[in-house]
Amino acid sequence: MPDTPVARTALAHLERVARAGPLPAAGSAAVLLGERRPRGQFTLRGDSGDEGFVPAVRRACGLIVPTAPNTVTNAADGTRLLWLGPDEWLLAVPERAAAGVGEALRTAQAGVHMAVVDTTDARTVLLLAGPRARDVLAKGCPLDVHPRAFAVDHCAQTLLARAHVLLHRIHDLPEDAGPAFELYVHRSFADYLWHWLEDAAGEYGFAIVADTDGA
Amino acid sequence: MPSHRLADGTGIDRARPLAFTFNGRAYQGFAGDTLASALLANGVHLVGRSFKYHRPRGIYSAGVEEPNALVQLETGAATQPNLPATTLELYDGLSATSVNCWPSVDWDVSSALQWAAPLLPAGFYYKTFIWSQPLWMRAEAMIRRAAGLGTAPTGPDPDTYDHRHAHCDVLVIGAGPAGLAAALAAGETGARVVLVEQQPVLGGNLLIDGGRVDGLDAAAWISRTVDALAALPEVTLLRRTTAYAYYDHNYIGLLQRRPGAINADGTPAARERLWRVRARRVVIATGAIERPIAFAENDRPGVMLAAAVRKYVRRYGVAPGRRPVLFTNNDDAYRTALALAEAGVAVAAVVDVRPSVGSALCETVRGQGIEVVTGSAVVRAEAGKGGVRAVSVMALDGSGAPHGAARRIACDLVAVSGGWNPAIHLFSQSGGKAVFDDAQGCFVPGPPVQAERRAGAVCARFGLTDCLADGTAVGLAAASDCGFAIPNARSAPTATEAPDAPLQPYWIVPPPAGARGGQYKTRFLDLHNDVTVADVALAAREGYEASEHAKRYTTLGMGTDQGKTGNIHGLAVLAELRGTTIPDVGTTTFRPPYTPVTLGAYAGRNVGGLFDTVRRTPMHPWHEQADARFEDVGQWKRPWYFPKPGESLRQAVDRECLAARTAVGILDASTLGKIELIGPDVPELLNRLYTNAWNKLAIGRCRYGLMCTDDGMVFDDGVTARLGEQHYWMSTTSGNAARVLGWIEEWLQTEWPSLRVYANSVTETWATASISGPAARTLLARLTHLDLTAEAFPHMSWRGGRVAGVPARVFRVSFTGELSYEINVPARYGLHLWTTLLAQGADLGITPFGTETMHVLRAEKGYIIAGQETDGSVTPIDLGMDWIVSKKKDFLGRRSLRRPDTVRADRKQLVGLLTQDPGHVLPEGGQIVEAWPAPLPATMLGHVTSSYHSANLGRSIALALVKGGRDRMGQTVCAGSVDQAAPAVITALPFLDPEGARLHA
Repeated sequence: MPDTPVARTALAHLERVARAGPLPAAGSAAVLLGERRPRGQFTLRGDSGDEGFVPAVRRACGLIVPTAPNTVTNAADGTRLLWLGPDEWLLAVPERAAAGVGEALRTAQAGVHMAVVDTTDARTVLLLAGPRARDVLAKGCPLDVHPRAFAVDHCAQTLLARAHVLLHRIHDLPEDAGPAFELYVHRSFADYLWHWLEDAAGEYGFAIVADTDGA
Repeated sequence: MPSHRLADGTGIDRARPLAFTFNGRAYQGFAGDTLASALLANGVHLVGRSFKYHRPRGIYSAGVEEPNALVQLETGAATQPNLPATTLELYDGLSATSVNCWPSVDWDVSSALQWAAPLLPAGFYYKTFIWSQPLWMRAEAMIRRAAGLGTAPTGPDPDTYDHRHAHCDVLVIGAGPAGLAAALAAGETGARVVLVEQQPVLGGNLLIDGGRVDGLDAAAWISRTVDALAALPEVTLLRRTTAYAYYDHNYIGLLQRRPGAINADGTPAARERLWRVRARRVVIATGAIERPIAFAENDRPGVMLAAAVRKYVRRYGVAPGRRPVLFTNNDDAYRTALALAEAGVAVAAVVDVRPSVGSALCETVRGQGIEVVTGSAVVRAEAGKGGVRAVSVMALDGSGAPHGAARRIACDLVAVSGGWNPAIHLFSQSGGKAVFDDAQGCFVPGPPVQAERRAGAVCARFGLTDCLADGTAVGLAAASDCGFAIPNARSAPTATEAPDAPLQPYWIVPPPAGARGGQYKTRFLDLHNDVTVADVALAAREGYEASEHAKRYTTLGMGTDQGKTGNIHGLAVLAELRGTTIPDVGTTTFRPPYTPVTLGAYAGRNVGGLFDTVRRTPMHPWHEQADARFEDVGQWKRPWYFPKPGESLRQAVDRECLAARTAVGILDASTLGKIELIGPDVPELLNRLYTNAWNKLAIGRCRYGLMCTDDGMVFDDGVTARLGEQHYWMSTTSGNAARVLGWIEEWLQTEWPSLRVYANSVTETWATASISGPAARTLLARLTHLDLTAEAFPHMSWRGGRVAGVPARVFRVSFTGELSYEINVPARYGLHLWTTLLAQGADLGITPFGTETMHVLRAEKGYIIAGQETDGSVTPIDLGMDWIVSKKKDFLGRRSLRRPDTVRADRKQLVGLLTQDPGHVLPEGGQIVEAWPAPLPATMLGHVTSSYHSANLGRSIALALVKGGRDRMGQTVCAGSVDQAAPAVITALPFLDPEGARLHA
């Protein structure tokens, strides 16, 4: 029989990403880039006005489906529910919880017209953070990400350069070290987007960091 | 050559000398100089030759309106053509040359053309069209050689460029007194403000004319204001930045020049950056551009705009002449006279068309002992070596016509002012209609069309007090529009100034009564494109009297300067000839860009490796290591073939094709579109989307389907499997994945909202390896416990299980005609699956193959590729696929299949083609004719859609669409191109295994 299966992230072929170190001291880099640790991802489709749908999702993952456009609800363990459209959400859960949540979703949807699709492998998540993170975004993203327009836990599906991304502003870096964004990008675009980010961030200088939270 | 540098000059740093060359000669200037100011300081007036007649031309202005002084900057790949020397900031080592002259600017061979001017009338180019054709061909070649400006670089641009999006509450365009006041007033409310200024310094005309604002010296007030703006966290100051376009929805294009910018690592950063700004409110504070008065020989080097002369004196400490004459119809030229006098330059005279002038300014000039000649005009300039040496001045009668004796005044500079044209370009681009201000004789912005306000000289409010008051009021109003609270006690900065005497509109000096017309032919309106008063008059006489027609007929205003100085004079000529007014004639449309934008800036970073997205499959690293050749399929990079060392494409593909039919081949099929359809109404949705019926598909089974657009033409095809009770898996062609998902969503959302179906793309979720060939089952059996017997797992079914230790969905479907399994695993395991299959299949002769082999194998079976055999004009019936078109149910495109045109017997139908010479491979796209050679034009019967050498068949094969082809089996046609067409026999499909024995093995 074959070798033990090896799972590879979308950017595993880039040594500098795969072997990146932890977060450097605050203020030491204008921009931080990195690939986040894999997380379980489920695309949820349903009608938030349907009395069965919202409770079903809540039973499975503990979160209320956000109905305000472009917002995110969070749980303490890092589980996130991101609004993608009027009938579409992305549920992201820590990898260790993914199998359980997937099973719970399948159970919860019985009798409800909704769709649960495991899209764990469809997207990888990149980190873009630091004092100049917004400047990097501005080079390729037509959205207004000024703090007045795009608060913490806002999300949006948009373009960054020529790649579709789901942009989520997570909590700021510690010690006032700047805003932080997660970019959910389809796996096949990840290499292109990574090179674009390095090119765009080069003006300010950047450090590549490993994912030290959200495990 | 004596220096023309003066003692003062607020804009240059004499401690930082800069060396530069122009036309090969070495000169020196200072930091803060433009190339134009540095050339004038060195006594260089003659900088170029004109576009059409190759007349000598000099520096005319001190800004973006420059029509003459266009230079070629640097050489080689970094060269830039047609840059105005008047906006080109000097740097150490700069090297520039004149454009449009050969062999040199001083002695230009083509200048003989000016004597041929009568042969090159307005509309010359169009007139050549109606002359005989051979003459036109010759004329065009001649025009193209002689006309034109600089030369484009031929090598790749060594510089980089960048893009940036920006959003703000208030975008203020222009940082003169009005713009500065507006930005500060808006910024202090807390609004997000962007202030852009095309020059390197903020302050506009305040920098030149000085004065006192809020009790401070102008320079001190500017510096205090700029400091205050810089201290506001939500205010962005952009110097060297031109707002070049005003699009719909307050979307503004900016071009930022960034000389010397570097990256964090010290390497050169983007030289220019294109900004795309979305502003809630725009404040247009773009000021005004001085215009001339046209007189004979007004294009000579040494004829300049008066305010430009003042700028050279005050900012750059340069005297463009030693004995200037000023010619004006307004007070502003008097400021230039004073500036010259203050700098110690002896002003010969001020010639003013106004009969009397009583302003304080005029009296001050007279008080300096400068002669003021009122009620008179400069009728012509007298050319001297490389410039002017005198002007002829005549008195004007009541109608403005010169009469009486001419007086000659010796001079080396004619500084002319005909008033000011507000820079309404951006307002016009915003969709607004300009209105005419009779008092100032200029167009000003009419009512706003977009969320825009304007302040200062752009509204023909030229006084400093007005500019500051406008700016403050408009800045506050714009912030208020955006919901920001306005402080109660916010007043505008104050200034003191004496009022100017009114301007007297005056455009063109008519020839004196009884003068020979020829002497007055050289009254130029558009110096850039060599358009004269006579040209516009001729256009009007020939019927092109509308402003847009006259513009195109004469090319007035069509140069790179877009006629910023002379367009309005053309309107004045048309108005006079038509006996009407300038506003009645109306302006031509202003279009972006306001000033030229480099192509590099438009491209930004979308160059080289970032030119377009490259999509990679999870197996991509292996393909790269295996030295695969790649093919672009949409944005995907797919392995095309895997050559062994020394193999050609043909050799590699032959080897791969044989392996897939005799052993086992493996294809990376991860790019196939995959859509999960969930809900109780999926079968009904599939019935409507596909041409065949889907009610009876059992769980675990797969079915092939063909999709048409509503016009009945084949759009996509693929296999759909039933995963569960209400759960389906649809596959699409690689290039159509997003389009099919969008197609489904469109129908679900707009036409069939009652269908309870959710469609979700899972293309990226699964990596797919397709193994194909007689040994495929043996190989797969080594990696899974699934029962692979033909009974338990027949063709067109799927099973879920584990393969190579990971969860998998295995589909027994085939695009090659062989026993095939499409193995889908979560994408993170794609590379693991691929390498495991290769390792486990080594003894079975496993052979990776690419898209080329896939194409050959499916063509042997006669399988179509949507987009190759189809092109949006091919129905399922044309493809001979009536077996898949249901007669019992409705589906998208069904009604169109009964149109008279789609049931014609002579439609192009899909057939096989076998060349008589089995070694000859027809060109894809080749045309099909009855016989060849044949007289042209030959009747086209169709075309070759796919064509390959088939190693398995030992000969070439082709698929083709041929008119009525299915009734022509066995007949010979010819296929190829005009150069070579080969005989081929029309045959039925497939070429191989018609019984499908291999498929069902």
